[in-house]
Formats: sequence, C-alpha cells, structure tokens
Amino acid sequence: MADSSATRPGVTTGPALPVVGKTEIRPTWCPGCGDFGVVAAVEGALKRLGIPSHNVVIISGIGCSSNLPHFLSSYGFHGIHGRVLPVAEGIRWANHGLTVIGTGGDGDGFGIGAGHFVHAMRRNVDLTYVTMDNQIYGLTTGQASPTSVMGQKTKSTPDGVIENPIDPIALALASGATYVARGFSGDVKQLTDLVAGGIQHHGFSLVDVFSPCVTYNKLNTFDFFRQRVYKLESAGHDPTNLPAAFQRALEWGDKIPIGLFYRTERPTYEDLEEVLAPGPLVHQPTGLAGKDKLLDEFV
Amino acid sequence: MAEIVVRLGGQAGDGIASIGESIARSFSRMGLHVFGVNAYQSVIRGGHVWFGARASDARVYSQGDGTDVLVALDRQTFDVHSPGIRPGGTVVYDAEKFSIADNEVPVGVQALNVPALKIARKYTSASVLQNAPGLGAAAYLAGIPLEVLHKQLSDSFGRKAGDVANWNLGASRDGYEFASQHASVSEAAPKARGPAKLLMTGNQAIALGAAAAGCKFLAQYPMTPASSVMHWMAAHSRDVGVVVKQAEDELAAINMAIGASFGGVRSMTATSGGGFALMVEALGMAGMTETPVVVVEAQRSGPSTGLPTKTEQGDLNMMLGAGQGEFPRAILAPSNPAEAYRLTIRAFELAEAWQVPVLVASDFHLSESLMTVDRDEIDLNVTIPSLETVQPDGHDYKRYQLTTTGVSPRALPGQPGLQFVAGSDEHDEKGHLISDIHSGLPVFITMRQEMMDKRMRKLHGLVSAADPPILEGPSASELTFVAWGSTVGAVRDAMRLLAAQGRATNLLWFPTVYPLDGDRVRAMIEKATRTLLVEANYSGQFGRLLRAEAGVHLSERFLKYDGEPFSPHAIVARALEVIRHGG
Repeated sequence: MADSSATRPGVTTGPALPVVGKTEIRPTWCPGCGDFGVVAAVEGALKRLGIPSHNVVIISGIGCSSNLPHFLSSYGFHGIHGRVLPVAEGIRWANHGLTVIGTGGDGDGFGIGAGHFVHAMRRNVDLTYVTMDNQIYGLTTGQASPTSVMGQKTKSTPDGVIENPIDPIALALASGATYVARGFSGDVKQLTDLVAGGIQHHGFSLVDVFSPCVTYNKLNTFDFFRQRVYKLESAGHDPTNLPAAFQRALEWGDKIPIGLFYRTERPTYEDLEEVLAPGPLVHQPTGLAGKDKLLDEFV
Repeated sequence: MAEIVVRLGGQAGDGIASIGESIARSFSRMGLHVFGVNAYQSVIRGGHVWFGARASDARVYSQGDGTDVLVALDRQTFDVHSPGIRPGGTVVYDAEKFSIADNEVPVGVQALNVPALKIARKYTSASVLQNAPGLGAAAYLAGIPLEVLHKQLSDSFGRKAGDVANWNLGASRDGYEFASQHASVSEAAPKARGPAKLLMTGNQAIALGAAAAGCKFLAQYPMTPASSVMHWMAAHSRDVGVVVKQAEDELAAINMAIGASFGGVRSMTATSGGGFALMVEALGMAGMTETPVVVVEAQRSGPSTGLPTKTEQGDLNMMLGAGQGEFPRAILAPSNPAEAYRLTIRAFELAEAWQVPVLVASDFHLSESLMTVDRDEIDLNVTIPSLETVQPDGHDYKRYQLTTTGVSPRALPGQPGLQFVAGSDEHDEKGHLISDIHSGLPVFITMRQEMMDKRMRKLHGLVSAADPPILEGPSASELTFVAWGSTVGAVRDAMRLLAAQGRATNLLWFPTVYPLDGDRVRAMIEKATRTLLVEANYSGQFGRLLRAEAGVHLSERFLKYDGEPFSPHAIVARALEVIRHGG
C-alpha cells in the first residue's frame, strides 16, 4: 500500500526512508506474554501501510505493556502512569501530519487514565489507541485491574473482586469513539488488520486486545480465550450499526466476540480546530511581530 | 505627585467591574498611571464586590491606601468602605436606595445624593442602568472629561451599540451633570498628561507574552485566578495562531502541553495551586524527559480550596519541591503586568534553551489587577529560534548525550533518522531504559549517576542565564526590603512614602526566585544596614529559601495571609518599627 502520509502536509517523506521495524532492544516481557503478539501486529500494520518510521510516534504510560515503544524504530514517548492519551493528543495537535499511536495496559487506560480515555473519544482525536488488556496488574505483581472479572482472586482481592469490570468496548461506543475493535494477541493476523484499520481510520480508534498475562492471571489465559472467541466478521455483524455493536459488546461468557464492533465517520477534533486549518502547528509562523493591532484593545 | 483613588462597590451582578474598568481606562487614556483592583467573592450573583481605581501622574505600583471618591450602590459598600475615605473626599449614593445619617459621614467628607434610580427610569425600567449615573458622577469628581468617558464607553460597547449603549451614555451624562451642579472636582484629581497608556491585567500580559514568545499551544483547566490566561488566548486564538485546549483536568492539561512540546511547538499550561498540585507528577516527567514546558502558577489563598478570590504567595514551597526525586527547574516571579510580559518570554527562552520546566509564579493580585504599561514596554519583536537543534547527518544520534552544559541535541518527531524514545524511566544517552533488566548492574549504576549529574548541571547554566536579583533604590539606605512577586509593588509605593518622610530605603527583589546564586545573594544582603522580608504567606517561605540557598536569616519579617494585598502604609509602619527598634 502507498504511504498514506505522503500527501499530508508538514512531514518529510520519501521512498528511501525506512518504515518501522524492530530496534536492538529486546522485549523484557515474560516468555509467552500476550504483548509479543501486539507489538508484532503494530509493527506489521505500520509496515503494511508503509508509513516511514520518522513520521510515527508511539506513546505509552506505565506497566509491562507500556515498554512497547522501545521495541520499535519510530519516535516514542514513554510517559507516566495513565497519561498516554493527553500526551498523544498534545503531539497530534502539535503536528497532525504524524501518525500517532497510544499503547498501554488496562490499568493504565481504564483505571488511572479512565477520565482521559472518555474525553479523547468524545473529541474524536485522530489517533489509534491499542490497549493490552490482560485483566490484571502485572508489573506490580498481580493485583486486580479495572477489567478483572467479578470474583477473581488476586493479591489485592484474596476473597475475590466485588466490583463490576469496566467494559472498554461499551464505554468506547458510549463515549463517541468512531472505530471500536477488539483483538486477541493469539490471532496476530486479525489483530494486524484491526490495528491497520485503526491507523487508516480518520478519527479516534480503539483496539482493545485480549493480551493474556501468563504469570499473574490464571483465569483469562490464552486457552480461556481460544475456547471462547468468535469473529464478528464471520457472524454477520454490521459494524455501522451502533445498537448492534452495543449488543455484541455486552456478550461475555461462553462466546466472546472479537473484530470490528463499530466504525463511523465524524469530523475529528483537528478538522474542527480552526487554528489547524492552515496546516500542522509545528510549521506555522510563530510570535507576534508586526501584530501591533493586538495592543489596541488595551488602550 | 497628584493621585486619586476611586472606589465603586455593590452587589455581584450590579456591573461594578464594568464601571470600574471604565474609570480605570478613562484614566489610562488620559496618560495617567493606573492601578485597578477588582475585588469579588466566589459567588456569581449577590455578595459584596468592589473595584478600586488609583490614578496618578507618577508611577503607581499598588492599589494604594484610602479613597477619594466612593460610589456606593448599596448600604454595605458605604459601611465597609466609608471609613477609608480621605478628608476632602466624596461618597456618591442614592437616597432612594438607602439613607445615610449626617453623623455617619466621616469628617471632611461630602455625601452626594445622586438620584440614580430616578435617572435610570428615564431610559428604561430594567435594573441594568442603575450603575451608570454613579459612573458619571464619579468621573466628574475624578476630573475625567465627559468626552473621554463617553469615548471609552462607546468603544467598550462597540458593535453592540444600540439602546443599551445609548441609555448608558445618557444616564452617565445625567450623573456627570448632576455632580457638576452639586459638587466640585476633587482636589486630588491629577491632570491629563501625555499619550494614552496600555492598561492590562497580569494574566493578559502573560498570555500576550506567551504568544509573543512563540507559544503555539495552551492547555488549561478553569481555575481562579488563572482562567483569564485561557480567556484571552481563546478570544485571540486565530489572530495569534495558538491552539487553546480546555482539558478535562489539570493532569491532562500539563500532559497535553508536554506532548505538544515533544511534538515540536512551544507549549504552556496555567493554573492555580490546586491544579498545580495535580500537575506535580507530570512536571517531573518534563524534567526527566527534558521536554520544555512553561507552567503559570497563579496562587490564591490556601490551603485546599482556601479563598478562591483572594491573594497569597503560599505555594512557593510547593513550586520548589513539586515532583518526586530531583530535577532542574526555574521559577520566575513577575511583580506587575509589564514584568509579566517580559518574564513570560524569558520563561519560554529558558525552558527551551535548558530543556526544563519553567514556572511563572503569579498570584491573584498580579493576575487579576489592572495596571498601566507604556507602549515601549511591550516589544512584540521577539527572536524565536528553531526548536530543532540537531540535523540528521548519519551519525549515531543520542537524544540524552552527556554534555558539559547538561543540554543535549533535540530532535523533533518527523525528522528522519533521529528517532528516539523519551522515557520517564531513567535511561541512557540514547533513551534506552536502564530501569528494568539493567538496573543495579555496575555499568548502569554509573550511567544513572551520570544522567542525574547531566540533568542537574543545567541548574548552573540556569543561574547564569536567568535574571539576577535586582537592588532598586539608593545604595545607602536605612533599610533594605526583600520581596518577590506582586508584593514588590506595594513595597515600591512604600519606599516612596518613606522617602517623603526623609527615610532612605531600598529593595532587593527577585525576578528569578529559583535557582539562585547563593553567594551573590548573601553578599547583597550582607551589605544592607538592616532588612525587612515582606511576603504574603504565613511562614515566610521565601525567607526560608534564602536561608537554605544563601545562608542568610532575615529575622525581621512582615508576613500577611489574610487574603488581601499589602497596603503601602502598613509596610511603611512596619518598616519604621524595624528602623527604630530592631533589625
């Protein structure tokens, strides 16, 4: 596929410029971790789309999964816990010629960062948010997460979780995300399609990924998901139908859907912000030289 | 020096701020120096509000003391403010609204009963006009020509001009004429002099300075008294080319600003203490990732929600210590709008040159008070360098290269071949984490120390690059005031009052509150005959900083934490006490 960013203003592109690949840094994840499938899918999607690595920024927060930016050859910002999306939004508004991808875990995005998650979606900022949802806190050695299911026993809930889990898909649908998908790191091929679709989508894209923690979550394992997941595209789901998407989002139990729940077109925040109309902020003139008329109001 | 103070008070919703600004702006159009204070409560309707406009033919740096013309739209205004009316002054009221007994009028003060409601009824039955006759009367008493007032009113109504504008012009003219028939112009009124001055708040000056410095992105969450930074920038966003984002909270605001800065544009956020408390963790991220960001901290009375519409300098400790661990930062503290404009530009220069977070410490008194600025104090021609400090040339790029200054070459996303990851974890020169599988291994123990040393070295450069402390006034003095931020204004006025009494004093003030050259500060303070520390907080936070950084203990202090700004006379009284008895 052609470089989708080639026609965008404000970025340097050329056929000789390398696309995203691996870096010399080896992932520090436990052997068998679901996140290996996610980084492979992100790399695969960016390669397929042919976006040069210098025009991609991958932002993350804190947690095992948030180490992801270090393993790919794009620009990266590995920030603090829960603040992936505001950093990503700021980068996007500074230079909307860039391809911006947020990454992180369920605790990062749906716990400490839940407020930002909702607001980024209602703004329809054009970025792709890939959450590695393992339904547990891994890096802090196994406490309940916002997506841990009722009754799950963890270090912080020895008698079982007594809170209802957040449903990221339903929350995204309710908050105005315009591309809502769920993948499974056990199916890298489909996941690559979903991430690529999210990057190509004009608006906020969520790809929530079942990315099992092989060390601390003995409930939501690869086998657990392999036995339950089914693909929405094979089940006749219409991703333009919002009520149907909600209905599918609520399915949990013996059958759990993965794939594209919903997609719609709506102007992005960048489309509606008039200051960005002339092009990326980073290439606009700076300062007030010659704008002395601004001082008239103070007389 | 001739000066006059006009004070107008009533209930929130009475239009006090708008008639107050009309008086203040009429004065500044007459070429006078003006200081305007807008005092209000944390309510939208009801409650007591007042506006004070002080005008003089010499520079004024504070709201001053006393009142010459008081416009009381309600009895509470009379009760609260009439004791401050100076002999020869006038109180304007409407006997139809409330009465004043003869023995309630202060000695030497005239009570002028202006039939404001009756005048207003000539034009409309609506209550919106009851402030206009008082405005006209005050303008007459203060020596403002009617055409100056009316030009100002017409300009402020602008294109809205219609019935409401005409009613206001008519009712203020009636008030003006009534006053001219029943009273005479105050002897305190200064004469018009020279061309019109600019009149702006500290927050407007900060927003203007940011845009002039090349700021392209402002993210902010509403909080008094910082909100009007966002209001000015949002109203002008297209003219100045700045994206203004009202964020969902202060956590988002500063993270967006840091993201935008990483993305390649100069960025800022503004808040008050409560919001800044939420920004603390991200401030450290800016320090660790070496991403420039400017944070305006407009202080108000704390702790917690405190007094939202009252002033204080109580957040200095927080600004100094904000963030886990240690990282370099600078804190600049302008004392008036002209300095706020200049120091905001400095904040951007320092943030960018040293790749650090820079705080602009304001407070309610600076952020929301109006003060005149000479046109030549606002230079819009600011040199704005490119943010890219490295070009791809095939070399092995190290974003966090160890350097003698501590500053490393900075690439921006979109530059080919220079990709790196900015990490909030400790990292090596290339930005690779040394926090996980490498931590504790000998080579990375060394790297950790080198990275800390590299970042902290910037403090040495910042000390030289930032504005040094300034000694103002005669070199031989009986007393040296030590102050920072908006408090400097009242001290300047107090110094003039003391000089009139034959007392020579000078002032050591700190446009840069941090970092300080401790040796230099100590040398400056040791030259003083005696010192008086003046700051608006309970514990003398700046005094504590000087003790830590310069090893000097300023034992004579004038501290204030009642929410109100310092009055020059109170500073004079305290200074005389120190000169006579202590220090």
